[in-house]
Amino acid sequence: MYHKRGLWAIKAKNGGTFPKHEKKAAEAAPAEKPPKFYPADDVKKPLVNKRKARPTKLRASITPGTVLIILAGRFKGKRVVFLKQLTSGLLLVTGPFKINGVPLRRVNQSYVIATSTKVDISGVNVEKFDDKYFGKKVEKKKKKGEGEFFEAEKEEKNTLPQDKKDDQKTVDAALIASIEAVPDLKSYLGARFSLKAGMKPHELVF
Amino acid sequence: MPFKRYVEIGRIALVNYGKDYGKLVVIVDVIDQNRALVDAPDMVRGQMNFKRLTLTDIKIDIKRVPNKKTLIAAMEAADVKSKWENSSWGRKLIVQKKRASLNDFDRFKVMLAKIKKAGVVRQELAKLKKETA
Repeated sequence: MYHKRGLWAIKAKNGGTFPKHEKKAAEAAPAEKPPKFYPADDVKKPLVNKRKARPTKLRASITPGTVLIILAGRFKGKRVVFLKQLTSGLLLVTGPFKINGVPLRRVNQSYVIATSTKVDISGVNVEKFDDKYFGKKVEKKKKKGEGEFFEAEKEEKNTLPQDKKDDQKTVDAALIASIEAVPDLKSYLGARFSLKAGMKPHELVF
Repeated sequence: MPFKRYVEIGRIALVNYGKDYGKLVVIVDVIDQNRALVDAPDMVRGQMNFKRLTLTDIKIDIKRVPNKKTLIAAMEAADVKSKWENSSWGRKLIVQKKRASLNDFDRFKVMLAKIKKAGVVRQELAKLKKETA
């Protein structure tokens, strides 16, 4: 074993002895007081879990600017442009709104087909959008005044705040410019996808 | 009714089953009642059952089991590639391959083109109908 592992060569390289490193001085362990209370039965320690939460792995076919086909929900069949993946793992997507009525929206990767068509997305700034932007607005609870007050509040809730509309417009402005550069792409995004007779999804190239 | 395409040395065949599906190969020798030795410029010479081959009309002039260089030269001389691609069978296969590789966007563009063409045809037809009516 000595010759097989080449220990003679290591010794020769280091002048006759094996290389040693100094032992680290043992750190003084903090003085522990004996515990006041010992549980009657042995308490089981939970197993160590080193997993970290990270966003869902993004399919290689989905890159910023890809045209996606949404498969479920009120926008099923719509072809939309992918912007970025949010920290929750959901995909940020926009119609653009003017072309097919899909606003800035989050969509789950599992409910989407990625096509191989890409749109140039370089002019678009999506830094400000994150999951909090899309969260439900928490309203302050008003316990006083039921009846009339309640009805008045409910009617006001349903309009979109103007800043969200402006965000949509700024994102779409740059996008629509690059979409109109490609012939037929605008009408493509405006049309819905559907399976026709003879189309076999497992044989289709998207 | 008599046969027109014969298994002979130099007959070009299309592989219709297996790893080399869709390739054009040359029959360079007959092994027995069921198998032939086939060769193509981009494959290793090997045996194939006749059931895996569909004979074509194209035939090249070679001796039994030529070496690769001679085979490629003979195929160039007979211009197998362009004969195949211009034949109706060859053209059909090319169209099938193209259709299968179409993107979703491409399929949309094809649909628009078909609608446009149909519109033009219908206009012409209406014109002709008006003239004869």
